[in-house]
Amino acid sequence: MSILIDAGTRVIVQGITGREGTFHTEQMRETGTNVVGGTSPGKGGTTHVGVPVFNTVAEAVRATDANASGIFVPPPFAPDAIMEAAANGIPLIVCITEGIPIQDMIRVKDFLRGYPKARLLGANCPGLITPGVAKIGIIPQRITSPGHVGLVSRSGTLTYEVGSALTAAGMGQSTIVGIGGDPVLGLTFRDVVEMFEHDPETTHLVVIGEIGGSDEERAAEMLAKGSRLKTVAFISGRTAPEGKRMGHAGAIISGNRGTAKSKEEAFKAAGVAVAETTDDIVGLLRSA
Amino acid sequence: MKLLEYQAKEVLASLGIAIPPGRVAHTPDEAAAACAELGPVAIKAQVPVGGRGKAGGIKLAKTPHEARAAAQQIIGMDIKGFKVPLVYCETALEIEREIYLGFTVDRDARANILMLSSQGGMEIEQVAEESPKSIARLYPNPWRGPLDFELNQLVYEAGLGELARPISSVIKKLYRAIPELDAVTAEINPLVITKQGEVVAGDAKLEIDENAAWRHKELEQRYGAVIEGDPYEVEAKKRGLTYVSLDGDIGIIGNGAGLCMSTLDLVQRAGGEAANFCDIGGGAKAETVENALFVILMNPRVKGVLINVFGGITRGDEVAKGIVTARDRLQMKLPLVVRLSGTREEEGRAILRQAGIEPGVSAWEAAQKIVELTRAPAAR
Repeated sequence: MSILIDAGTRVIVQGITGREGTFHTEQMRETGTNVVGGTSPGKGGTTHVGVPVFNTVAEAVRATDANASGIFVPPPFAPDAIMEAAANGIPLIVCITEGIPIQDMIRVKDFLRGYPKARLLGANCPGLITPGVAKIGIIPQRITSPGHVGLVSRSGTLTYEVGSALTAAGMGQSTIVGIGGDPVLGLTFRDVVEMFEHDPETTHLVVIGEIGGSDEERAAEMLAKGSRLKTVAFISGRTAPEGKRMGHAGAIISGNRGTAKSKEEAFKAAGVAVAETTDDIVGLLRSA
Repeated sequence: MKLLEYQAKEVLASLGIAIPPGRVAHTPDEAAAACAELGPVAIKAQVPVGGRGKAGGIKLAKTPHEARAAAQQIIGMDIKGFKVPLVYCETALEIEREIYLGFTVDRDARANILMLSSQGGMEIEQVAEESPKSIARLYPNPWRGPLDFELNQLVYEAGLGELARPISSVIKKLYRAIPELDAVTAEINPLVITKQGEVVAGDAKLEIDENAAWRHKELEQRYGAVIEGDPYEVEAKKRGLTYVSLDGDIGIIGNGAGLCMSTLDLVQRAGGEAANFCDIGGGAKAETVENALFVILMNPRVKGVLINVFGGITRGDEVAKGIVTARDRLQMKLPLVVRLSGTREEEGRAILRQAGIEPGVSAWEAAQKIVELTRAPAAR
């Protein structure tokens, strides 16, 4: 078992003929993901890296019955790609694209209210992987192994860091989910933690947050109400100077919420072990 | 991009919002001339940070002589790390009352929020904390913007019913900054009602989403060069990097904001201090790494550099090639520790080894190593 993706996931790649789309479609197929097609307007009818290409998501869904999409198109076109996937009934939309304007994402989020079955992961995220089964996105399979630890993270590269440490320690993962670092996102920590809570195969949980926003605090509040998962949290950015912009628009400290301290305290109050560095996560998880 | 006050006001004026008469002055003589033309003025430092009043960046001048003296003091002054490049000389308003009006992104609600309060001018954050209900709020539909009745309701809820028409009109104009300019913050505080009954923007804050810069090249061209800051940050921006200067002596390059921030945390834990935050992002190319190293090495305080790359979309071989090329081209002699892992890591590590750079394995080890190397007393 796993959350969000499994062996029955049929993936299309929007932007399959682009540089990143091509590279990562190959990588996804190598991990055993059932990539059933891709889209690239004007290139419908051709085959690319071994899968059929369609002009539109509508065509792709009709021909392949796809139930998930990975989006690898550049920022000016990504918002439309997300909405196209939702409007065509795709229930899981994973947007890897980095650099989408905030106002575009706010409009997309509003649009998605009309499609309650569509779940958006990202944008600006590494995607997700159920080790040994399937992945959508760019998380390298090599750092993962099948098991019972759920991993959810705001940062792509820290996901790899921690996934790799867990794998090296023999602690496999049920599913690894990168929710992305943008201020306006699809699935939140709280949404994903709740899914792990209901997944019988997941026994442990690692939450990797960072400064900015209050999604970590909200997930902590939910865990405080009672959880069967053995959880460790890590927050990056504790030495970041206040008010300085740190790359993601997401990493802006606002008010009392959003600081590393506020997030760590929220997790501690929920009885969750808080790691000082990513290297401490494995040890804490063992003793949790 | 955070616009300076005079720039934000120019933008507001272009949206049809009334602003007080004012002139930009780059020199004390220009400030004196502005005062001669406008009469008594406030001489205001132009910096993209708050708190300039408390820092002595605003002075009143009744005569050209006073204006010249005030500008002399303010231009070139340092306010929170920003060297004041110029002043804005603005006619003082005859204030009847001060209102707060602001849009920003409420990231928890994943929406734009519009806030209106009859208690503008003073510390709005204090008002928000002490009496949150005195701030009326609206989440406008992002596709069609606020509707007339919504604005009317908002203005009445803020206790400003008698000013419903003029204030609604200003809000509608200000809202245009969101769809048309990709503003992530657009704030007028105070929105002044003058003794003559006019509604005028007393101050203005406007921040444009960096991710949308490609849609607003004119703004960047018009205003981008004026905002002076840290010289390394300016150079980094020219080179398209996400870079923030810090106070330490160890240069940091990482890919992804989270990884980069945690690298700073690790360096501090190992007893060192980071000189900067530099996120080369996903898909970083050789050229990007070279640009990042160039900017970091500009800073004479830097004693060594730690590069931490854990790649998914970033390819290890490309990063390694970039590191080697950059080090050679820049004739870098300082200690360099590289932690490289992820997609095509073996190819990347081989390239590094061939060039005589020993790749570190874990980020924590790499952090300890660079701290040790930069603390070593012997010259290298």
